[in-house]
Amino acid sequence: MRQIAIYGKGGIGKSTTTQNTVAGLASLGKKVMIVGCDPKADSTRLILHAKAQATVMDKVRELGTVEDLELDDILKVGYGDVKCVESGGPEPGVGCAGRGVITAINFLEENGAYTPDLDFVFYDVLGDVVCGGFAMPIRENKAEEIYIVCSGEMMAMYAANNIAKGILKYASSGKVRLAGLICNARKTDKEYELVDALAKKLSTQMIHFVPRDNQVQRAEMRRMTVIEYSPEHPQANEYRTLAKKILDNKMLVVPTPLEMEELEDLLMEYGIMEAEDESVVGVAEAAAK
Amino acid sequence: MSESSIKSVEGITKESTQEMIDEALAIYPEKAKKKRAPHLAPNAGEGACVKSNRKTVPGIMSARGCAYAGAKGVVWGPIRDMVHVSHGPVGCGWYSWGTRRNLMSGINGVNQFAMQFTSDFQEKDIVYGGDKKLKQLLVEAHELFPLAKGISVLSECPVGLIGDDINAVAKQSAKELDIPIIPCNCEGFRGVSQSLGHHISNDTIRDHIIGTREFAEPETPYDIALIGDYNIGGDVWSVKPLLEEIGLNVKAVWTGDGELEKIAATHKVKLNLIHCYRSMNYMCRVMEEKYGIPWLEFNFFGPTKIRESLRKIADFFDDTIKEKVEAAIAKYDPMMQAVIDEYRPRLEGKKVMLYVGGLRPRHTVNAYADLGMTVVGSGYEFAHGDDYERTSPEMPEATVIYDDASEHELEEFVHKLRPDLVGSGIKEKYLFQKMGIPFRQMHSWDYSGPYHAYNGFPIFARDVDMAINSPTWSLVKSPF
Repeated sequence: MRQIAIYGKGGIGKSTTTQNTVAGLASLGKKVMIVGCDPKADSTRLILHAKAQATVMDKVRELGTVEDLELDDILKVGYGDVKCVESGGPEPGVGCAGRGVITAINFLEENGAYTPDLDFVFYDVLGDVVCGGFAMPIRENKAEEIYIVCSGEMMAMYAANNIAKGILKYASSGKVRLAGLICNARKTDKEYELVDALAKKLSTQMIHFVPRDNQVQRAEMRRMTVIEYSPEHPQANEYRTLAKKILDNKMLVVPTPLEMEELEDLLMEYGIMEAEDESVVGVAEAAAK
Repeated sequence: MSESSIKSVEGITKESTQEMIDEALAIYPEKAKKKRAPHLAPNAGEGACVKSNRKTVPGIMSARGCAYAGAKGVVWGPIRDMVHVSHGPVGCGWYSWGTRRNLMSGINGVNQFAMQFTSDFQEKDIVYGGDKKLKQLLVEAHELFPLAKGISVLSECPVGLIGDDINAVAKQSAKELDIPIIPCNCEGFRGVSQSLGHHISNDTIRDHIIGTREFAEPETPYDIALIGDYNIGGDVWSVKPLLEEIGLNVKAVWTGDGELEKIAATHKVKLNLIHCYRSMNYMCRVMEEKYGIPWLEFNFFGPTKIRESLRKIADFFDDTIKEKVEAAIAKYDPMMQAVIDEYRPRLEGKKVMLYVGGLRPRHTVNAYADLGMTVVGSGYEFAHGDDYERTSPEMPEATVIYDDASEHELEEFVHKLRPDLVGSGIKEKYLFQKMGIPFRQMHSWDYSGPYHAYNGFPIFARDVDMAINSPTWSLVKSPF
């Protein structure tokens, strides 16, 4: 069983990419489970055709204690026999979402959700690793393989580099490795080259460049993956290719994250960022005139 | 500042004490040694001779509590006509329930609520927040115990970690239920010891309680409040009658067997008498600044200090009080002398080591002296500099003073000083008893008490005699 965690900046398309890729793996005959680790609980809707799956924490709240919960209450099966679980958690501003992830994963472990027939477990994790709870999927005996979803946008690349720093911390004490960047294209300038260069700097690979295509949105409106909605569409092929590449991927590395300056140099090299002019730092528009 | 009647101890010099301290420190790694050294010193006779109120050095046993312990166990818990909610998982409240021996009068469930209330956090309360549960709990507590005068909400660690807004819940519920609900953000991880819990609790009294009620009876010039007496083993019930006997009206007690509405009206008293300075000096200062109420530290352990304190108290008042004080002293002195006559011959020259909390490491020194005994070492778990300033004059010259002592240090000192009695807490009790040394728990009065005031001294003398002169010790074979 390979356990894979998908990280990346908020809104970059982690859940969409994960579900389409998982659908690709399922279409190749692989047994997969998705564990959504985000209180928003939108990691499984395309597989289940559901608005929102009942989450582990929802059921815990309903029943009072986690001890009363049964696996059947929260484990659903969708397209391609993909098993789906959502950790769930509070609305923003109350409680502890990180603890929700810990509670959910502990529950799955103790109740035998990780069955031997599974080929893959995918953790789709909240954009920012804000506390220990969101690092739960990459703790010991969990995901050892991490893919970062990013694009050629500056902030997405900053985020990818930051996530690599987090992986480095866990890699030095355990078996967690960076397995590649997935470029979810935003049609920015020189996007392919830039993400490819960043991947090399991080000692990893851009495992696949997923082009932007509105077919993804069309499928999503029907709460479906592209692979299920339009298997013959070229975009479905992209996800099948990505799935195949992940299936065959042997390149697992301890990342070499960049210092801020190196990252900015890289962006300048590709003309994304202009050379810094120290004379304008901290000067208001009116004062500059 | 009053001074001890015993000024020196044969064989104890500044050098001998420092040598003993150095020997105790020798076993520590360099870093720990450097940190611990300033917390141990020979008594210099004035000023704070040790560093204090610092984070405990890890790896050596400490006897300290936490901020929650200071708030729940010390300041809020003893108020008898309130419901005190331990907000968080069940353990903190459960294992601290009734352990402090702060006795209460009244009928349980009617006008006294010495019960264990907790929000009993589960995983779901951590993940989704415990505020809704708290709101419901407050409603239920009020429905079950409509006579409770108020509710305190004492935060345990997780509440602070997940950022639950208990202040907002308390504010809203207080309005809806029309009773005072006091949110106390006393999460255990805050501060270095229980001391911060005392301070936080004092602040909540300042912010939510003081000045919100008035006494029913007309004011008199003799209205006082008894501050920092927690009625351990019934201390308040010994002190209050004595203060009444000298003509004072004890309008409120903070907080032993205390009543919320009387505490809330304390801004109307003429004088605050404070016994435990550490845990309540904050509110004494607030009342002094805000309402102009003077405050006076006093010591009701042993006849010498009681006499001295009564006269100090009398100085605040007119001749009628002064006369009553002298009458009381004249009445009780012979009784106390009878106690001394009975026990002193058996206790003369015995040595004591103390390691306790709030005020006892200094306040009880002279009570032992009244019995012919010498305190040869003393220290606090959670004191500050001003406590040690008050301790130096009470202790004999060059005796060892220890702050936040470890079990190892105490053991070393006991080996060297060979006291006849150790007075400390439950964590130390069995260590020293196994060494064959008589021991009394001086936090809880060891299932006994009261020890305060004239009614307390005979019991104190009896207990000390019973511990030291028990024939049991001749049967204990110890390597000591």
